[in-house]
Amino acid sequence: MVEETGKHFGLLITLVLLCLLVPASSLSQENTDCFGCHSDKSLTGTKKGKTVPVVVDEKRFSNSMHATLTCISCHKDLEGKEFPHDEELKPVDCGICHDKEQALHSKSLHGNAIARGDPLAPHCNDCHGSHEILSAKDRRSPVSPMQIPFLCGKCHTEGTKVSQQRTIHQDHIIANFSESIHGEGLLRKGLIVAPNCASCHTAHSILPHTDLGSSIARKNIATTCTKCHAQIEVVHRKIIKGELWEKEANVLPACVDCHQPHKIRKVFYSQGMADKDCLRCHERKELKASSDGRSLFVKGEDIGYSRHSKIACSQCHAGVNASHVRPCETIQKKVDCSSCHAEVGAQYVKSMHGQLEAKSDRNGPTCKECHGTHGVLGKLNPQSATFATNIPDLCARCHREGQKAATRYTGGQHEIIERYTESIHGKGLMKSGLTVTATCTSCHTAHGVLPLKDPESSVNPKNVPSTCGRCHHGIQEQFERSIHTLQIGKTEKKLPVCSDCHSAHTISRADAQGFKLDIMTKCGRCHEDIAKTYFDTYHGKVSQLGYTKTAKCYDCHGAHDILPISDPRSHLSRERVLSTCQKCHEGATRRFAGYLTHATHHDPAKYPFLFWTFWGMTSLLIGTFIVGGVHTMLWLPRALQMRRQRKKNSQ
Amino acid sequence: MESPKNTTEAREYVRFSRLNRLLHVIMIVSFMSLALTGMTLKFSYTGWAVMLGHIFGGFESAGYIHRLAAVLMIGTFVTHLIDLVRRKHREFKSWRALILGKDSMLFNKKDLHDFRDSIKWFVGRGPRPQYGRWTYWEKFDYFAVFWGMMVIGSTGLMLWFSEFFTRFIPGWFINVATIIHSDEALLAVGFIFTVHFFNTHLRPEKFPMDIVIFTGRMEIEELERDKPAEYKNLIETGTLEQHLAEPYPPIVIKAIKIFGWTALSLGFSIVVWIIYAMLFAYR
Repeated sequence: MVEETGKHFGLLITLVLLCLLVPASSLSQENTDCFGCHSDKSLTGTKKGKTVPVVVDEKRFSNSMHATLTCISCHKDLEGKEFPHDEELKPVDCGICHDKEQALHSKSLHGNAIARGDPLAPHCNDCHGSHEILSAKDRRSPVSPMQIPFLCGKCHTEGTKVSQQRTIHQDHIIANFSESIHGEGLLRKGLIVAPNCASCHTAHSILPHTDLGSSIARKNIATTCTKCHAQIEVVHRKIIKGELWEKEANVLPACVDCHQPHKIRKVFYSQGMADKDCLRCHERKELKASSDGRSLFVKGEDIGYSRHSKIACSQCHAGVNASHVRPCETIQKKVDCSSCHAEVGAQYVKSMHGQLEAKSDRNGPTCKECHGTHGVLGKLNPQSATFATNIPDLCARCHREGQKAATRYTGGQHEIIERYTESIHGKGLMKSGLTVTATCTSCHTAHGVLPLKDPESSVNPKNVPSTCGRCHHGIQEQFERSIHTLQIGKTEKKLPVCSDCHSAHTISRADAQGFKLDIMTKCGRCHEDIAKTYFDTYHGKVSQLGYTKTAKCYDCHGAHDILPISDPRSHLSRERVLSTCQKCHEGATRRFAGYLTHATHHDPAKYPFLFWTFWGMTSLLIGTFIVGGVHTMLWLPRALQMRRQRKKNSQ
Repeated sequence: MESPKNTTEAREYVRFSRLNRLLHVIMIVSFMSLALTGMTLKFSYTGWAVMLGHIFGGFESAGYIHRLAAVLMIGTFVTHLIDLVRRKHREFKSWRALILGKDSMLFNKKDLHDFRDSIKWFVGRGPRPQYGRWTYWEKFDYFAVFWGMMVIGSTGLMLWFSEFFTRFIPGWFINVATIIHSDEALLAVGFIFTVHFFNTHLRPEKFPMDIVIFTGRMEIEELERDKPAEYKNLIETGTLEQHLAEPYPPIVIKAIKIFGWTALSLGFSIVVWIIYAMLFAYR
C-alpha cells in the first residue's frame, strides 16, 4: 500500500504543477506573444471606427526607454485577455508610472484641451512617441533640446490647424525664435543649454500667460528668465530711454516688456570698464590733453556727490575699448547725454541752442555748459547751477548785456538780466528766494529755447498765454474768453498777448503806481483815438497829473476779461455798466451811467451837443476878449498920456 | 504919509464900505484858489500843472480846496445879496430906487454915452467923459461875477453832486456841464487877470497898484480926476464931508500892498501858464 501512495502523490504534484503552469503559460502574455501578430506590417485594427495600422517596430521598441516593460504594463486593459483581443483599446494612461508629469499635464492648457475632447490636443504620445520613446538626452529623441522647436513647431507653425483654428496669441513663433539669439544659439550654434520652448513654457505645465500659475504669467516672467539669466539686475542697463529700468526698487520688471518673447534680439554689449581703471590715469592732477593742453583731471569725488554717482565712466564715455592699453584712444565722439536723456536730447536738438551746436557754432551751449560734466547736481540741489535761484545767473553768463549771446541778439529785448532782476519775478526769486517764481526756464523752457518768431517757441505770441498760464492759469482762462483772442475778437489787427501789456522782462506788480499809469499808454498804443478822448475827461486829466485813484482803462473795461459790450458778461454791458460805475460812485443811478466816458468836443457828428457847447463857449470867450482887448488897447495911449501929464503937473 | 493932518485935504474919500472890502478880499482868495486848482486839472498835461498838483498835495487834496473855495465864494455872494437887502431897507425906500437909481450898478443910458464918448476920447475925437459913481467897465466887472457865479457855480455843483443831479438829468449833461464849467472858468480867469487887472491896476495912471478896493479910500484929487461927475454931485449935495475918513497908517498900507502884489503876481503867472499851455502844449 505505501508504494501506491507515493506514486499517487507524485502524480498529484505533477497535476498541480501542470495546473499551475497552464494558466501561467496562458496568463503569461509575453511581449513575444504580442509581437507575434503586431510585428506584421500589414496588421490593421480599428480605432474610433477608423482603420489604422497597429504594427509595432520590435527593434525600435527594444532600443527604447520602455524596452524592459511588457506591453500589458501600459496597455492595462489587455491584461488577462484572450487572443484575439478587443480592437478598441483605451488610451494608455502614462500617469500609471509618470504620475507627476501626468498631473501637471492634466492641469495644463494641453491637458484641458484633451479633457474638452479637442481633437487637436496633444497627448503624451504626440510629443514623446509611443513605442519608440527615447531619453531626452538622446539626440534622436523628439524631446531632446535641439529638437524641441521642431516638435512644438509641428502644431505651432503658420499654416497648421492649431495656428489657424485655435487662439494662439503669438504668430510666426518658430520663425521668430529661430532668428532670435536663443534660437541662433540653439539651432545654429548647437548650444544645447540655450533655451528652447520648454525652458520657458515648461515641458508639461504649459499654461496661458493669463493664468497666474503659468511660467509665462507677467509676474513670473522674471523668475523664468532668471533661471538662466541669474542676477541680471547686477549687469542690466539701469536707465533705458531716459527711464529707470527697475520701476520698483529691487523688483525685476517683466522682461517681455522690452524683450519680445520670441524675438529676443541680438545685442552685443561692449566689454565693460571699471571706474577705477579710468581713474588710474585721470585722477592725476597734471594729466593734460596732447592736442590742446586742456586738463583731463577728473576729481573722483565730484562724481560721488553728483547725480551720476551710480553710473560708470564707460556708460557715458561709451567709446572706450577695454582691450586697448589706453582704452580712451578709441573715443571718437563727445559724450552724448541723450543716450539716457533721450526726451531732453530730442527737445534740445530742435532748440536754438541745439541748432547752433549742430552748426558747430562755438556760441551754442551744450549740455555741459549749463549742467557741468562730472559734478552734475540735480535741479533741486541749491548748489546746482540749475537750481531755481541760480538760473538767472546761469543764463546771464551769455545773455547779459555785452556777453556773447547779447551781442548777437537781434530782437527788441535789451538789458534782459538787469530788467528781470528788478521785475516782480526777479525780486521774488532772488530777493525773497521764492523758488516757484518764474525764472528764465519757466517761460523759455529749459531745453527747447526758440526765438520769438518761431511758431513752436514758448514765447511766440501765439503761445505766450499758455506759457504764462502755466502759473497764472486763472488769468489765462479769463483771457482766452476775452475779446483780445481771435475767437471772440474777430479782427485782422494784431491782438495783444501778456507780454504786450506786461512787457517781457520788466514785469512789475500790477498795483504799482508806475504800472497803473503806464498801462494807459499800453492801451493807447492800439486804441489811439479812444485813449485820447479819455484824457479829455475828468478821469483822464487826473491820471495825467500822475494820480491813479481814478477810473483808468481797466477799472471800467476789466483787464483780462474784456468783452464786447454786446456780451452781457462785459463790465460795460447794459446790464452791468451801473455796477461798474458804482465801484467808486456808490450813489450812482441809471442816468449817471449815461455820462459819456469817451466824449470829445471835436466830433460834431458823434457828439453834436458837446461840439456846439464848446464852440459856443469859445466864441463867447473870444468875443469877450476881443472887446475887452480892443478897449484896453485903445485906452492905453490915453492912459500913458494922462500919466505923463500928471508927472508934468506935479513938477 | 507921516503924521495925519487935521485939514480936509489929508482925509480921504471912502467909496467902498467895510463889508464890501472884506468880501472882495475873500473873493480874491477864493478866486485864486479856484483858479489854481482848476487850471491844474484843465491843463493837467503840462509840467506846471503837475507841479501845482504836487504842491496842493495831490488831486484829491486840490479837489477839496477847490470845493472849499467854491463854498467860500458862494458864501460871499450870498452875503453880498443879504447886504443889498439891508442897504435897501436902510437907505432906499423901494427896490426900484435901489436898482434904477443914479448910483445903481445896472447899466443905464449914461453908460452907453460914456462908452461911446470913451471910444471917441481914445481915438482923439473927443474929450474924456465925465465918469460917475460907477463906470461902465466897473459895472461890467460887477455883473461878470453874477454871470460867472451863475454859470460856473451851477455847472460846478452839477459836477460835484453828479450822482444826485443825474437822478433828474441825463448823464450826458455832465459832459456838457464839464465843458461849460471849464471854458467859462477859463474866460473868467483870463478876463480878470488881464482886462480887470488893467482896468484897476495896470492903467498907467494907476500903475503899479490901486489899493482903493482894500482901503476903501482914495484921495479927493483923484476922485475929482477920475470920477468928475460923482465929485460934482458930492459937492453939490454937500455930502462929501460925511464920506471922508482918516487914511490908514503906513504899516497897514504896506500889508495891503504885499497882499495886493501877491495876488497880482499869482494872477499874472496863471495867465502866462495858460498861454504857454494853449500855445505850446495844447492837447
